[in-house]
Amino acid sequence: MTLPGWTLILVFTALTIALAAPMGRWLFAIYEGRQTPLHRLLGPVERGFYCLAGVDPEQQQSWRSYAIHMLLFQVMLALLTYALLRLQAVMPLNPRHLAAISPDGAMNVGISFTTNTNWQWYTGEAVLSNLSQMLGLVIHNFLSAATGIAVAFAVFRGFSRHETRHLGNFWADCTRITLYLLLPISIIYALFLIASGVPQTFASTIDATTLEGAKQTLVLGPVASQEAIKMLGTNGGGFYNANSAHPFENPTALVNFVQMLSIFAIGAGLTWCFGKAVGNLRQGWAILAAMMLLFFAGASACYWQEAAGNPVLHHLGVTGGNMEGKEVRFGIAGSALFVAVTTDASCGAVNAMHDSLTALGGLVPLFNMQLGEIVIGGVGSGIYGFLLFALLAVFIAGLMVGRTPEYVGKKIEAREVKLAVLAIAVLPLSILGFTALAAVLPAGLAGPLNKGPHGFSEILYAYTSATANNGSAFAGLSAGTPFFNGTLAVAMWLGRYFMIIPALAIAGSLAAKKHTPATAGSFPTTGVLWVGLLIGIILILGGLTFLPSLALGPIADHLAMTSGQTF
Amino acid sequence: MTKDLAAAIRPTLVLTLLFAALTGLAYPALVTALGQLFFPAQANGSLIERDGHVIGSELIAQGFASPRYFHPRPSAAGKGWDATNSGGSNYGPAARPLVDRVKGELATLAKEGNPVPADLVTASGSGLDPDISPEAARFQIARVAAAQHLSPGAVSTMVSQAIQYPLFGFIGEPRVNVLMLNLALDKEAASGAKSAR
Repeated sequence: MTLPGWTLILVFTALTIALAAPMGRWLFAIYEGRQTPLHRLLGPVERGFYCLAGVDPEQQQSWRSYAIHMLLFQVMLALLTYALLRLQAVMPLNPRHLAAISPDGAMNVGISFTTNTNWQWYTGEAVLSNLSQMLGLVIHNFLSAATGIAVAFAVFRGFSRHETRHLGNFWADCTRITLYLLLPISIIYALFLIASGVPQTFASTIDATTLEGAKQTLVLGPVASQEAIKMLGTNGGGFYNANSAHPFENPTALVNFVQMLSIFAIGAGLTWCFGKAVGNLRQGWAILAAMMLLFFAGASACYWQEAAGNPVLHHLGVTGGNMEGKEVRFGIAGSALFVAVTTDASCGAVNAMHDSLTALGGLVPLFNMQLGEIVIGGVGSGIYGFLLFALLAVFIAGLMVGRTPEYVGKKIEAREVKLAVLAIAVLPLSILGFTALAAVLPAGLAGPLNKGPHGFSEILYAYTSATANNGSAFAGLSAGTPFFNGTLAVAMWLGRYFMIIPALAIAGSLAAKKHTPATAGSFPTTGVLWVGLLIGIILILGGLTFLPSLALGPIADHLAMTSGQTF
Repeated sequence: MTKDLAAAIRPTLVLTLLFAALTGLAYPALVTALGQLFFPAQANGSLIERDGHVIGSELIAQGFASPRYFHPRPSAAGKGWDATNSGGSNYGPAARPLVDRVKGELATLAKEGNPVPADLVTASGSGLDPDISPEAARFQIARVAAAQHLSPGAVSTMVSQAIQYPLFGFIGEPRVNVLMLNLALDKEAASGAKSAR
């Protein structure tokens, strides 16, 4: 570990915290439906969309109505991508005459991108045309992000409103988030990426003759436009197989730094926005504090292990940190930090191959995801997921002191706690259930590249990543088979909507309640005690469940690695 | 429930089409137009041409086997430096194939010096890492200088000039772009040959 490495991690942490308030203000304006400077330009587009779609943005929806409109939209979007990929061979912008994608493969991609997971079983530059990348994938990068933030807005309204059924209008939230937040930032961001070296062209390939006379085919395309929203919307689905390790997606260390910041920017802003929405900014800061402490612990642990290196290679005479699967321009610190950021935030973009991390370095991303993607988390999904844990924390605190728990002015009762437990229970059910299945079936055992405990880790990582809607992989796993495409698609769908629907139901239930003013007897949900309690609940409920599975995978791997055993 | 579903059909269909057109077509088209206008070299892949032929991209590693050139890191992209098939080895830390591969690399490189820099025996994440560490470049100076009939001092100077340093001292790592260094080397060798004549 080096001083520049720690400086990188500390400066990144400080900048993320500094971004929370400005990004939160912007989000709050959209949450409230206020006019922004962008309305002069994009207001007519917004009104045109409503007019053609027959949407009245002022019409308020109940939680059920909000959920049904949202779900139908999701199904439609997944079907669109399925159709585009199945028809790829006959669609335009395909000069390489790439074939159609298999039915199970296309179904997996449709669900993967709709659910903001962006799990990729395929090699993008080898099998997808430029049209499939743009129209099949980029639209989800916007709309799955917008959907996540819209659901978070509905949940915020559940806390901030009282004695009402009204949680806002899904279409208005989704349209405003796309037009006034995601699109303008993406355009500017994409131009920065192009200036730094990320390609942006409709051309497909260029043949080069190398200095030694070999032929090298370079694949180009509209990469920068995809890359910008891939990070900002915590999507993570790359244009190329190597994702953000590819020099065309992530050409410089500065781009790498900005990519990491853009993964956290909206999620951090939403904590501020929540505080503002419930009328007490300290509520938002307390959430961000708990998140950043968990993040910093994970980033530090990963950096420590990667800098310590691989004892198996040290034994051969290779010195220093673990550079297998990492790029020189990012180094150990820039890679380890990215590992923590992308798995805390359900982004799933990778700038180093997670499969080649040291055993405990690779435990960090697994553990981050198993906590439920709530450390900053996915845009929108991070904060509503975190609020479920907050409800459980006040419930447990309430049990300890024998009072009805309250959180930000709402009494938390049996219905909310049951729904929160239901949502959180989906994680272990799907992750451990599917992993157990794949670890005994021949179709599952055919997947791993690595033998021994690391092969088990590859399977565990896949279902963890899918259920948590992250999308990163221990990519040695050959996941492009009907078995993995099918089971992972189910895991992604469960992980997304079995979290969203209980969260919306809680919002509906809370909105109907009276406002309960805090009294001297209320448990304060802003101070150090609260942050400590939250972290404890998250680690116990989210983390302990998975400890046995981690013992079989990365921990066994670590013991083998340190004793020189190879597989 | 059915009433809600019925009400959701029109916005679902219409907004899916409108958003697909806006974010899937108009947005990439606008960014492409702006990118091609303001940053054409980068937008088209940072290509390097010599004598009118494209020899590669500044950002993408290519394979070098000749002792005359600096060598990049090992690559797991396709059969090596295959830019249509990027990726890493995905070997876990205790994978036997990893150990065997590293042993093979070490056996070749140990002739040139000891210890061998870690990045020269580890495959990068993309398989297309255009850079090596300054240590990995210095490690190769003796071999390259002998094969090019240049003095080690002259090659050493070229390596020093090729090092790119971290931004503000902490964003990134010191690195050397292999293709750019080899191009400079070719130029130096050509002018050396000319002056010798």
